[in-house]
This record gives sequence, structure tokens and C-alpha cells, in this order.
Amino acid sequence: MTLFQKTLGAVSALALSTGLAGAEPALIYDLGGKFDKSFNEAAHTGAQRWSTETGQTYREIEMQSEAQREQALRRFAEAGMNPIVMTGFAFGAVLEEVAPDYPDTTFAIIDMKVEAPNVRAVEFAEHEGSYLVGMMAAMASKTGTVGFIGGMDVPLIRKFACGYVQGAKASNPDIAVIQNMTGTTPSAWNDPVKGGELTRAQIAQGADVIYAAAGGTGVGVLQTAADEGILSIGVDSNQNHLHPGQVLTSMVKRVDVAVHEIFSAGTAVETGTFALGLADDGVTYAMDDHNAALVSGEMVTAVEDAKAKIISGEITVHNYMSDNTCPVQ
Amino acid sequence: MDVIPRWADVILIPLFSLVLAALLSAGVILAIGEDPVAAVKMMVNGALGSTYGWGYTLYYATNFVFTGLAVAVAFHARLFNIGGEGQATLGGLGVALVCLDLPWPHWILALPAAMAAAGLFGAVWAAIPAWLQARRGSHIVITTIMFNFIGAALLNYLLVNVMRPDGAMDPATRKFPPGTHLPTLHDILGLVGVPFSKAAPANISFLIALGACVLVWALIWRTRLGFQIRALGHSEPAAVYAGIRPVRIVMLTMLISGALAGCMAINNVMGEAERLVLNSVEGAGFIGIAVALMGRNHPFGVLLAAILFGFLYQGGAELALWTNIPRELIVVIQALVILFTGALDNMVRIPLERIFLTLRKRGA
Repeated sequence: MTLFQKTLGAVSALALSTGLAGAEPALIYDLGGKFDKSFNEAAHTGAQRWSTETGQTYREIEMQSEAQREQALRRFAEAGMNPIVMTGFAFGAVLEEVAPDYPDTTFAIIDMKVEAPNVRAVEFAEHEGSYLVGMMAAMASKTGTVGFIGGMDVPLIRKFACGYVQGAKASNPDIAVIQNMTGTTPSAWNDPVKGGELTRAQIAQGADVIYAAAGGTGVGVLQTAADEGILSIGVDSNQNHLHPGQVLTSMVKRVDVAVHEIFSAGTAVETGTFALGLADDGVTYAMDDHNAALVSGEMVTAVEDAKAKIISGEITVHNYMSDNTCPVQ
Repeated sequence: MDVIPRWADVILIPLFSLVLAALLSAGVILAIGEDPVAAVKMMVNGALGSTYGWGYTLYYATNFVFTGLAVAVAFHARLFNIGGEGQATLGGLGVALVCLDLPWPHWILALPAAMAAAGLFGAVWAAIPAWLQARRGSHIVITTIMFNFIGAALLNYLLVNVMRPDGAMDPATRKFPPGTHLPTLHDILGLVGVPFSKAAPANISFLIALGACVLVWALIWRTRLGFQIRALGHSEPAAVYAGIRPVRIVMLTMLISGALAGCMAINNVMGEAERLVLNSVEGAGFIGIAVALMGRNHPFGVLLAAILFGFLYQGGAELALWTNIPRELIVVIQALVILFTGALDNMVRIPLERIFLTLRKRGA
């Protein structure tokens, strides 16, 4: 027996000693944290749903710093976890490197295109969902000014912003949209205090509906908006329940469905790039008891109409990431 | 002359401190309802039970050797350099600039150049606080820790605005070209037929770290400069009386210290990530303080302490991965080790000295 085999043996012994089954799926949350009430938490929700349905377990870990990504990925792959799902574009570069080393493991990445035979890349049409909530924001606004607060200033978040502005302008061409980004580094995903400050600044400039696309930072935005008596729009998960009657809607991105689907398919999961949009309910606006009173029938009609037109191709929402520009400001 | 024999000072006291820290950690793990014995088993297995674990343990240890030596050298001149974090960050910048901007045919050429750049950038980052200390009397603890923040902010700015490739979203440089790829322990041991995990990041920098230990030992105990550094550390008035110029020694010591911290970047930036990312140092600059304290500022002690902390880091990562012990608690365990070996040294030392004194009296 070579030392390498012994190594494998030790790894699998470790796996057994910690009560693992053969091919257990794993989920890695990026900076921002598992319980960000938004993006990462949506992934967690999907994994939990799979776990309760099947009675099986999965492994998960939250990143604490940028430099840990590769080790986490390799460790799960070494230990035979399969498939391994990771949330966030920041894993792209690391995955490109790690994926070829483990050809028998299937990796799935949310929000980033990585081309490798054993990688499933899941992307969402956030611009379309943001367009719809932008329309609702413009219709709900009394001051004629609405706000957008992004997390980290990257093309992905500008894609949200651009869709939102297009929707708002489509519904009211005279509307003013104030845009702010929380920061330029991943810490911007988890800075609710700064989110709150930006919200106050936007309120001072007249905004009365603010859309937060900022992961954990959004918690601060929604809280401040509720405290100051204006409306807010949540993101990724359905955040309407955080402040009932004060969150206009949430731009839901079904990361949970994506994760659930991957976990359910298990090792047989199909690889390649998957784009989820309005048509397959990959993105949508959230309606429930908490915001029913805020959303008028007129709004729903307008938004449903736009949704149908986007699906049919009658309305094209510009995707910021296609050319890194936005036609409207 | 000494109250306790040297072997007790070097081995017994750190050992006692470690045992105390381990007992307290076990108590903490028990308190959250986990099994400390299983936890220790998992840490040992994960960090030392496979060549994969060893690869990570030695990788972390390499980082800590560099930062530990940096702190130890400064300590000999009674300078407390807690800016290893910032100096290593800047060292990373030096490595990235060298690796990205020049066409390297082979790592044998790229490595010395990257080391020179890493050392230079680290030294420059230490030079400003050193000058402020030597000339203006600004306390080096305050200035070096502030330079950590300035370094982090500088790197943030550069990675986000200057070094991020077009179209990329993550603030990181592009991947270094293949000519800068350092041989890993897998490659090196493979030459002599010893199989070693391919996935682990330990690389040739570990051997360089060992070389650095020898060089630092020679510098401190075998050169005139080393004597001057130690003389200044023991008593500045005596050193001045002997014709030693404090400003010169403070500057030189801090330049060497900063260069050592900066050289850590050949391990984490060039050896592991092969690109410069945010937070690449991951607290190794601060761990270096604990490593130097525990290693009694001797390069050999630093090496042993670095491997211990490498074990704690890798074992801790395993715990976080496979158990419900939260990561924060692993930081608590690491902090307990630092607390006992560094800050609470006298708590173990004074009772031990009493025991040795009584023993000696009986013997006499």
C-alpha cells in the first residue's frame, strides 16, 4: 500500500468517523454569511428543504476570508463530497483552477459562468426581476424619487441597478433614481450599519422607496427604511416578512430552487450553463400577506403585463453585463 | 545565576502553558456540549494524519515562521513590531508586481526576484514607522499597527481600481503566468520517490523559511550587527556608551524585520494562491507575535512554535468543516494558546521558579 493510498484511507476513515455517507452534497457560502437573510440564506433554505424531504444530510461551511475559498473547495472535494455547490461569483477564479483536479466531482456555482466539463453554472436574469420591482417602486413613490442601494460595486450589482432604473422609468419617465453602492470589497455584503447610513442619505434626498441589492447589508437598509416610515424592496430571498407592511416587495431570486434542484439530482446533476429568468420563475417579485395592503391592483396588473411582455420578447430589458453600460441613469 | 535551568525555561514553561491552554479549551468545548477528546482526535487527524493535512500544516507554518522571525528580530532590539500583517500585505504586492509584469521563463529566476521584491516592499513598509520611532520617538507599537490599516486600504484601492483584470468582479489580480509556479512539496518529494498530497499548498517556501531561521540565528548571535541589536535591546545607554548608534540599529532592525514579514508573500501569494487576493495574509502577522513569544525569540523556537500554530490552524479548519463547533470557538482556542504562552508567562514561571528554588535548597 502506497502512502498515497494510506492518505486516501485516512481521509475516508475521517469521513466515516464523522458519520458521513458516500456521496454527500456540500454547500459553501461566500462572505456575507449563511444567515444574511438574502442571497446565501436562500441557498441554505434550498438545501434545508432538500434535507427535510429526503432525510439526508449535507455539509456546509461559511467563508470567513477571501483566502479560504480554495482550501474549502479542495477539502470537500478531497473528502468525496459530491456535488459541491458554492454561492457567489467570487468563487469563479478558484473553481476554474480546482475543477480540473477533481474530474469525478460535480461542482455548481451560482451567479458566475465557469466553463468546465464538471461544472454547472447557474445564472439569473436579475435585470428582468429588478425591472418589475422598479415599476412597482415608481408607482408606489409619492415624491417622484426612488433609491437603489447596492452591495459591492461589481457589474452583477449594476445589472440589478440598471434593470431597476429601466423599470422605474418605464412606469414613470420623470422619476429620479438615486443610486449608491456600499463598497468595493466583499465586506460590502455584510455592512448593515453603512446600509442604514446610505438609506438615511437617500431619504434626505427625497427617496421614499428604496431597493436594496446588498446581501446582509440590506438588513440595515430595510430596518432604517422601516424606522423612517418609507418603503423598501428586499432582494434574493422573500424579505417581506422582515418588516410587515413596510417592505413593498422583494425581488426574489430562486437560489433556493437552484440548490434544491442540484441536491435532488445528486451526482447525476447536469453540467453546463443554466440561465434562469422570469419565464421559469427563476426571478420574480414576492407577494404575500405582509405586503398585500401595499400593492394595489393597478400595480399588479401593470407588472403582470410587463412580465408577460418580457417573456414574450415584446419588452427587452437591457442586461448591464452584456456591454457594461446602462442606457438609462 | 539563573533561577531555573535553561531546559526548563525553554521546554517546561511553554509545555505547561500549552497544557493549561488545552485544559481550558477542553472545558470550553465541553461547555458547548461537544466531545473534547473527539475534537482533539479530529484536529490531530486532520492536521497530521495525512500528507494532505501535513501539507496544509506546513503551509501555514511557513507563513508563521516568516512573521515569527520578523517579530523575534525586532524583539532583540526591544522593538515591538506588530505590523507584520501590513508588511506581509505589501510583500504580496511586491510579489504580484514582479510575477505579473515580467515574462519569467522559470521559477528558479522568478523566486529570487519575487523574494527581493517581497522583502523590499515589506522593509519599506516597516521603514516609515522605524524612522518615526528612531528620529521622532513615535511609539513603534502605535505606528506599526496603524500601518497595517494603511496597507490594507492601499491594497484595497489597488486591487479594486488598478490590478483587477477587465471584466472580473472579484477584487484580485489575474493569475500569475506558469513561469512563476513554485514547486510544491508534492513535486519536490516526488523527485526522491516520496508520495505527497498533490492538493496541499506547501511548497519550496518552507525550505526557504528553514534557511531564514538559520540566517536569523547567524545574524543575531554570530555577527557584529546582531551583537549591536542585542546590546541596544538590553540597555540603550550602555549601547550608546559603547559607541552604538541607536538610530542606525533601530532602522536596520526594522528593515530586516519588515523584509522577513514581507517574504511571507512568496508562500501565500506566489506558492498557494498564484494571484493576489484581498486579505491574503489572514492574520499571520499577528500570529507571528505569539510564535515569537512562544519561541523565546530564538529561530529554532520560532520554527517549533510556527509548526504548532500551523497545526492549530489546520486542525481548526478541520473542526470548522466537520463539526458543529463554531469557527469563533476555534479562534478562542487559538487565543487561549496565545494568552497562556505569551501574556500569562509569569503565571507559570513564578510557581515553577519557586519549585526549583526549593529543590535547590534541599539539594544544597
